[in-house]
Amino acid sequence: MSVLVVVECDGGEVKKSSLEVASYGSQVAQLLGTSATAVAVGEATEANLAKLGEQGITKVLYDAEPRLKDFVNGAYTKLIAAAAQQEDAKVIVLANSNIGAAVGSRLSVRLQASLATNVVELPKTDGSSFTVKRGAFSGKAFADVTLAGERKIIAVKKNSIEALHEAGKTAEVVSFSAQLSDADFADAPKQVVMQDQAGGILLPEADKVVSGGRGMKGPENWKLIEDLAQALGAATACSKPVSDVDWRPHHEHVGQTGITVSPNLYIACGISGAIQHLAGVNSSKVIVVINKDPEAPFFKAADYGIVGDVFDVLPKLTQAVKELG
Amino acid sequence: MKFLVCISNVPDTTTKITFTPDNKEFNKAGVQFVINPWDEYALTRAIELKEAQGGGTVTVLNVGEADTEPNIRKALAIGADDAIRVNAFPKDAFFVAQQIANIAKDGGYDVILMGKESIDYNGFQVHGMVGELLGIPTVAPAMKLDMSGNTATLEREIEGGKEIVEVNTPFVASCQQPMCEPRIPNMRGIMTARTKPLKVVEPTGEGARTEVSAYALPPAKQGVKLIPAESAGELIKLLRNEAKVI
Ligand SMILES: Cc1cc2nc3c(=O)[nH]c(=O)nc-3n(C[C@H](O)[C@H](O)[C@H](O)COP(=O)(O)OP(=O)(O)OC[C@H]3O[C@@H](n4cnc5c(N)ncnc54)[C@H](O)[C@@H]3O)c2cc1C
Ligand SMILES: Cc1cc2nc3c(=O)[nH]c(=O)nc-3n(C[C@H](O)[C@H](O)[C@H](O)COP(=O)(O)OP(=O)(O)OC[C@H]3O[C@@H](n4cnc5c(N)ncnc54)[C@H](O)[C@@H]3O)c2cc1C
Repeated sequence: MSVLVVVECDGGEVKKSSLEVASYGSQVAQLLGTSATAVAVGEATEANLAKLGEQGITKVLYDAEPRLKDFVNGAYTKLIAAAAQQEDAKVIVLANSNIGAAVGSRLSVRLQASLATNVVELPKTDGSSFTVKRGAFSGKAFADVTLAGERKIIAVKKNSIEALHEAGKTAEVVSFSAQLSDADFADAPKQVVMQDQAGGILLPEADKVVSGGRGMKGPENWKLIEDLAQALGAATACSKPVSDVDWRPHHEHVGQTGITVSPNLYIACGISGAIQHLAGVNSSKVIVVINKDPEAPFFKAADYGIVGDVFDVLPKLTQAVKELG
Repeated sequence: MKFLVCISNVPDTTTKITFTPDNKEFNKAGVQFVINPWDEYALTRAIELKEAQGGGTVTVLNVGEADTEPNIRKALAIGADDAIRVNAFPKDAFFVAQQIANIAKDGGYDVILMGKESIDYNGFQVHGMVGELLGIPTVAPAMKLDMSGNTATLEREIEGGKEIVEVNTPFVASCQQPMCEPRIPNMRGIMTARTKPLKVVEPTGEGARTEVSAYALPPAKQGVKLIPAESAGELIKLLRNEAKVI
């Protein structure tokens, strides 16, 4: 028996969310008195995979098949299912990402496992029962969910688990083949189009976010948001009406019907704080609100606030960040 | 072409979430239920594709108890041709997925459309499970869906970009913006919806694999610390020294 962790890699690097997933998996293994093995997908280097030892992983399975570089639902599912069989995995942990959720739901049917997505804490288990805490009602609540059966699959929400860093520990990297055939790549994407990300920081993975609403008045003013984001090393985001009128691209829209984020720092500029917007951001650790209306509902959900004009306040903040050095 | 659109019945987005005193159940009192906002994209796109093809049918499917029927009728008013309700409390994603898969198989549907995720339970998993149960591809979450004959071209959102995916029918896709502009019912739609067929069937298959043991609300914020606009730079110092987030 073991715990199997699915690690997503991109451009040779292990994704930040996968470091969290690996740390989660190794702690579950400890709870269950077993070890954690990882199976890596995407473009990885052996050196970076070995470093997963720092997150408590003992062994990493890697299939260097070049067609696995980009996500292919059929092939990824088969690969991970094969790894789970080989390792006799009782718990499989993956990221609550578009890849993790797509694979996790298929795996749960194929392996007859129970599945919890959007999980935010380590499980509670007494050997027989197994309960995890997950986000529900689009960020407005949490639910404790009991998972039945021999096998469990857990998809961990980004930024909810602290990654472990035990310097110097390394994992053994073992080559692995699931004997994939052409048929397993039938649903391979025809084309992958990446966006230009401000400063290369992806919103779903970001630990700092600067976000703008209708109070920014127009797309031409977004330089103020981008400047502060760049100075902080933050990703940029926006409210729904802003992406609805194409001031900003749709993938920046956060909220109940957009992306849910839980960064360490969320700075809201000219956003009123409607309930649907708050649902997507209220699990952020620290929320800063800049709004000229002292009655804006967002202040009730904030840790720090400035009642003022964004056009006056934002340049001052950017300047102050630069002065920090 | 036969479209099957799965709709979930969820609390309106403005709902303030509360639970029963024992924290075991969601408090439905005074809550208005709506069609899951993502599912409206699936429904509208199915109707648009049917219209473009000049034929075919759009069936809506809900797994739920009788109190979901007003929203099923609303989907019929928006333009679906008929509806099926599986008469059961949607205990968990796997339970729901089995019901959908069985109906999809028996009815020979070509395209099965869903929303990205339910805004109450946020599973983001029913579509993958249905695809696996039927042994057909699932594309989730899809931002664009076009059909040409039996081949669909979809844009699938990935972290930081998108993929262009081509699949043949039958397939499952879960929908989100900017796929289409969700339609709202018009007077004629509301009138005709009353007489469109709504079939109620009993559930089949296995039970649920998960169970909620308790709900909780997020911890309340301590109250906002206001910094005067004139000394905005102070905020940055607080974020570094007090909150320790930069
Ligand atoms: C089904 C449904 C789903 C929804 N989902 C989402 C969602 O996922 N995400 C989302 O964001 N919204 C969502 N909404 C919309 C939501 O209800 C609000 O309409 C929206 O969040 C408001 O956006 P805003 O705060 O940018 O704009 P507004 O509400 O117009 O607020 C602008 C704010 O800027 C302030 N302001 C103006 N000028 C300045 C200035 N110079 N300096 C400082 N402050 C200034 C104003 O005081 C005001 O508070 C949804 C709505 C529905 C019905
Ligand atoms: C108060 C309350 C309590 C609930 N308790 C539980 C619980 O304890 N455990 C649990 O797992 N679920 C529970 N549900 C049910 C939940 O809303 C779903 O119907 C089901 O669990 C699948 O949710 P999901 O978030 O996994 O779906 P997702 O995978 O997020 O949904 C994706 C898509 O699947 C389709 N879909 C989802 N549900 C249905 C449905 N019922 N009928 C037709 N199509 C559907 C929709 O197109 C949806 O957009 C509860 C719901 C409510 C309102």
